[in-house]
Amino acid sequence: MAKVTIDDITIVVPDGTTILHAARMIDEQHGTNIAPPTMCYYSKLKATGGYCRTCIVNVTQGSEKDPRPMPKPVASCRTTVMDGMVVKNNTSPELLEARAGVVEFLLLNHPLDCPVCDQAGECHLQDLSYENGKEGSRFEFPKREVEPDDLGDKIKLNMNRCILCYRCVKVCDQITDGRVHGVLYRGDHAEISTYIEKAIDNDFSGNVIDVCPVGALTDKTFRFKSRVWFTKPVDAHRNCAHEKCSGKVRLWFKGDDVLRVTARKDRWGEVEEFICNECRFDKKSKHDWEIEGPSIISHHSVINQNHYTLGKLQLGIKNQIKHLNGTKIDLGEGALNPNNIEK
Amino acid sequence: MQLTNRKKVVVKKEMSLAEKLYLPAITNGMVITLKHFFKKSATVKYPEVKRELSGTYRGQHVLKRDEQGAERCTACGLCAVACPAEAITMEAGERKKGEENLYREEKYAVIYEINMLRCIFCGLCEEACPKEAIFLTDRIVPTDLKRDEFIYGKDKLVEDIKQPVDVTKRQTQNVLDFKKDKTKGHNQTWADKQKLLSDKKHH
Repeated sequence: MAKVTIDDITIVVPDGTTILHAARMIDEQHGTNIAPPTMCYYSKLKATGGYCRTCIVNVTQGSEKDPRPMPKPVASCRTTVMDGMVVKNNTSPELLEARAGVVEFLLLNHPLDCPVCDQAGECHLQDLSYENGKEGSRFEFPKREVEPDDLGDKIKLNMNRCILCYRCVKVCDQITDGRVHGVLYRGDHAEISTYIEKAIDNDFSGNVIDVCPVGALTDKTFRFKSRVWFTKPVDAHRNCAHEKCSGKVRLWFKGDDVLRVTARKDRWGEVEEFICNECRFDKKSKHDWEIEGPSIISHHSVINQNHYTLGKLQLGIKNQIKHLNGTKIDLGEGALNPNNIEK
Repeated sequence: MQLTNRKKVVVKKEMSLAEKLYLPAITNGMVITLKHFFKKSATVKYPEVKRELSGTYRGQHVLKRDEQGAERCTACGLCAVACPAEAITMEAGERKKGEENLYREEKYAVIYEINMLRCIFCGLCEEACPKEAIFLTDRIVPTDLKRDEFIYGKDKLVEDIKQPVDVTKRQTQNVLDFKKDKTKGHNQTWADKQKLLSDKKHH
């Protein structure tokens, strides 16, 4: 076990835990907000992280035995904790300055076409630049421009928006059978692409949409249908015939129409369980699904601007339950189902 | 129980003879009325006479086109989400090949409606717009007899390509100067972008 202090909060974690995970554990225990942001790291996938550098932290004391600070900010997703380590994230102004620099680099070739992009409102790059970025950019040259491309008939690839986090490559590598896409070329010319425009069509390929932190990979069946903050997220499930798919999803309603189906995401913006393409693209009727209730969306998110107060109500009830120190309340069958709650 | 010292007892006084006479009071009233005949009127005869409005008066909206005549609105929904009265609704569509002179961006508003009965003319939509598409103008929304006539669609909102609505007096000098900078993507029309791309290919 290792004792580590992050932003003046101490926690004991198992050996081999990364700084990022220790920070997330602190957030979960104390309800704080000290975990560094991540763009490329994905805890549900193997061998991710280390590319984007947004999760950098300052290590002001290496360990109990060797208290020297680390000379440069380190990527917290790839650095494991040592006993007695002291880490500074939000409490270090020079680190926040460095992170603002990282954001500026990530946005160098980003087209900033948020008004057009379907990801706007749930985009990690938007959140990152809003919370950690600077207002302007010093980049004076024309941005890289690549024509938008189709990866099969269900997925749209807009390479301009890509920040090369490699998450989608890892999904294709680890979740789907038979890898069909990867990164071509190098440096400024690097592009996500399929082998000679071969369509991505295996059962779990749709998950690249969910793991993409920006709007580079978007759902073509949802293309320009609605802005996310005008749709209402509802958790639902079905008995999926696919042995690897749990069938637990999030439906995005507009009126009675299911505009899109995504996997459920946790508080770190990561998919809880990967879902198959049949659930994602083909089941777009509310009769296909058993509705559980409104999804809980962070109250910082613009998605709450949909005036979908049921989400807030449910969150309120959940908070009450939490404050009652573990006393369980039976809300009754279907109490949180939106159909049962009157407007 | 007495709570304050402000209690007053109302007494019905007997009227004096002058008050009882009634005619002096009538004359006083008539004098006041007659004075108003010779005063300047507080109202104007709209629509023949129009009042001078401030440069930033918030009247009927306009959806602007760019220099090329392409609609600037890209249906991003920020005006609708900023609107406190929930007066704005829209539906987006994808621009097809060959429509580049009609719509500035890849996405455009197929339907764009403002309910003028709901609108409170606060101008938050104008402030929220990232594309300089929607502006409030000094035009006053005309009256009508039916409610559904007040739901203004794109036919009434988008400016006439031949008679553009001038909104420059609503914009500060900084904004007007910024708009001259053609190196910024925000100020490039589709034709400008194509020209830049072809220049890049030639180099």
